[in-house]
Amino acid sequence: MNDEEGWEEVAERPERNVAVGPDKLLELFERMALIRETETRLGELFSDGKIPGFIHLSIGQEATCVGVCAALNVDDTLSSTHRGHGHCIAKGVQPLGLIQEILGHAEGLCGGNGGSLHVADFSVGMLGANGIVGAGIPIAVGSALAHKTLNSSRIAVSFFGDGAMAEGTLYESLNLASLWQLPILFVCENNAWSEFSPTSAEYVGDLGKLADSFGIRHQQVDGNDVESVLAATQDFVELLRAGSGPAVLECMTLRVRGHYEGDPQTYREGVVDRTVVDPLDQTLAALAKMKVDNSEVQAARERARSAVHEASSLALGGSQPNFKAASANVYL
Amino acid sequence: MAEFRIIKAINQALSDAMTEDTSVVIFGEDVARPGGAFTATRGLQEAFPGRVLDTPISEQAITGAAVGAALSGLRPVVEIMFMDFITLAMDQLVNQAAKVRFMSGGQVSVPMVLRTPHGGTQNAGPQHSQCLEAWLAHIPGLIVICPATPSDTYGLLRAAITNPNPVVFVENKALYGVKGNMPDDLAEITAEIGKARIARSGQDITIVTYGAMLYRSLEAAEQLAGNGIEAEVIDLRTLQPWDKAAVLESISRTHRAVVVHEAVTAFGIGAEIAATLVDEGFDELDSPVIRVGADFTPSPFAPQLEAAFLPQTDDIIAAVRKVLVRGFNDG
Repeated sequence: MNDEEGWEEVAERPERNVAVGPDKLLELFERMALIRETETRLGELFSDGKIPGFIHLSIGQEATCVGVCAALNVDDTLSSTHRGHGHCIAKGVQPLGLIQEILGHAEGLCGGNGGSLHVADFSVGMLGANGIVGAGIPIAVGSALAHKTLNSSRIAVSFFGDGAMAEGTLYESLNLASLWQLPILFVCENNAWSEFSPTSAEYVGDLGKLADSFGIRHQQVDGNDVESVLAATQDFVELLRAGSGPAVLECMTLRVRGHYEGDPQTYREGVVDRTVVDPLDQTLAALAKMKVDNSEVQAARERARSAVHEASSLALGGSQPNFKAASANVYL
Repeated sequence: MAEFRIIKAINQALSDAMTEDTSVVIFGEDVARPGGAFTATRGLQEAFPGRVLDTPISEQAITGAAVGAALSGLRPVVEIMFMDFITLAMDQLVNQAAKVRFMSGGQVSVPMVLRTPHGGTQNAGPQHSQCLEAWLAHIPGLIVICPATPSDTYGLLRAAITNPNPVVFVENKALYGVKGNMPDDLAEITAEIGKARIARSGQDITIVTYGAMLYRSLEAAEQLAGNGIEAEVIDLRTLQPWDKAAVLESISRTHRAVVVHEAVTAFGIGAEIAATLVDEGFDELDSPVIRVGADFTPSPFAPQLEAAFLPQTDDIIAAVRKVLVRGFNDG
């Protein structure tokens, strides 16, 4: 599947209750492939100098995005991070609008005003990527407050990384969410890296114990196993919709690429990364075990590949945004 | 007519807004059961169960939750107990609330109000007295209001709550007890964001001010009138966007201006106004524009020191006299 360094071979995993059937798993695989294809293409476009600014890819973390979002409804809300392309696509954002936005084109989801770091699509409850680490967490808390106050069954999800565990916003938000018993799922994508340093060198706390101390239920899962992520999320979402307060899901994964595209990653020398399996390979193995026909799997991959190819070709023909139009959006 | 103190005008505006629109909610430190550190929200928790919430002492979470709530169907009005504490909420206010609409290409707006008291004369010291409104007026995407009378407070707070943009509503805590008449039908109050008010007419000089300095400016104008100098006093009421047209119109008649505020003079609201008058009103000016504000130190605690730090009526009078005797040709 992938020749990235850091991947391990798919190993035999212990048997467990099957959370999803073959059709559903194939659908999850296709969505993960769509993210992988999109981000791989974005990486190429960046190398070609087509993308202004900088981008942070979530390649290798597709199972957390897809596993969590597969348990959500379109009107559930989600706040994201600087590494948010996967969250967007998993939540239902179309790759075309996303790529157009990241290219800085007028046709982009945000008219080219947000770019990769601030992309948002409120039509699918995607409240925004965020350039500030940890800033999306209290925003999701407020969104959950709105759902609760308006007697809606909607829930809010906050994705954040292990780097954000050191931010005060997490501490304040866990307390507030528990105090008000809000329908919010805090999802930590623990990818072992806090920008240019291993998180182990920067954070000595424990998210599970932190959640415990606020009376918040929590679970840690293999973040590269989409079935485990989905199963845990489904359990939590059911409780959240029933009004039984917040939950914390910690997905153990690995940032296989640099902090940003083009990152020389010299800081990685001598650091032994945690052992993970490529989430797509892991799903392929599970599909094979379920005896899903390989032609169906290949067709799903091909659909993802051609959708992204088509979207990026179309996106490259886009137009430059106009400053006057942009500045009209400072105030309503 | 009924007499209201400013603190009561705030309470009434919040109550009326909550009655009119069920999506208006209030949260902040001690705003519910205790009714607010300055009693602005007294009685509202009982009147609107479930919509007035006490928060922990978590300014980032309060402000961030306001952003998220505003993006998800509510109109939150949050309180930051002292403006000094806004420093703890700056990311959510500056990087999030102010920018979401712009960054999303206009997909949404952030209809939230952040109420916060500023200002000295209470001997509250360096961390409970600051006037930091210039920081916020500097940020594209925020509206900044600072009223000085009960009826403006009522009308502008109602307007802030219905406004679709993030609004920082700055109250001067020394003015909470100021009384004023309000019409029996409060709906008759039609305050418009971005509009100044001529608080006193005069033809010799324009004093541009807002907040607590409105009263010192009026006092200065009365004393100057005793010496035959008629100052026009303009109460800006809104700082971002400020009513440039009203101020330019006034100096087209007076040809001289002093800008007065309680905040530190350096890099302040007065600097923006003075620069704009020079830029766009140069032909009307007979004399340089002078700023009157606090000295460039933290707000001192001891009464004597705080009085020396804050602009006093005599400072305004001295500035007016200086402007009146100075012309561009004086060398």
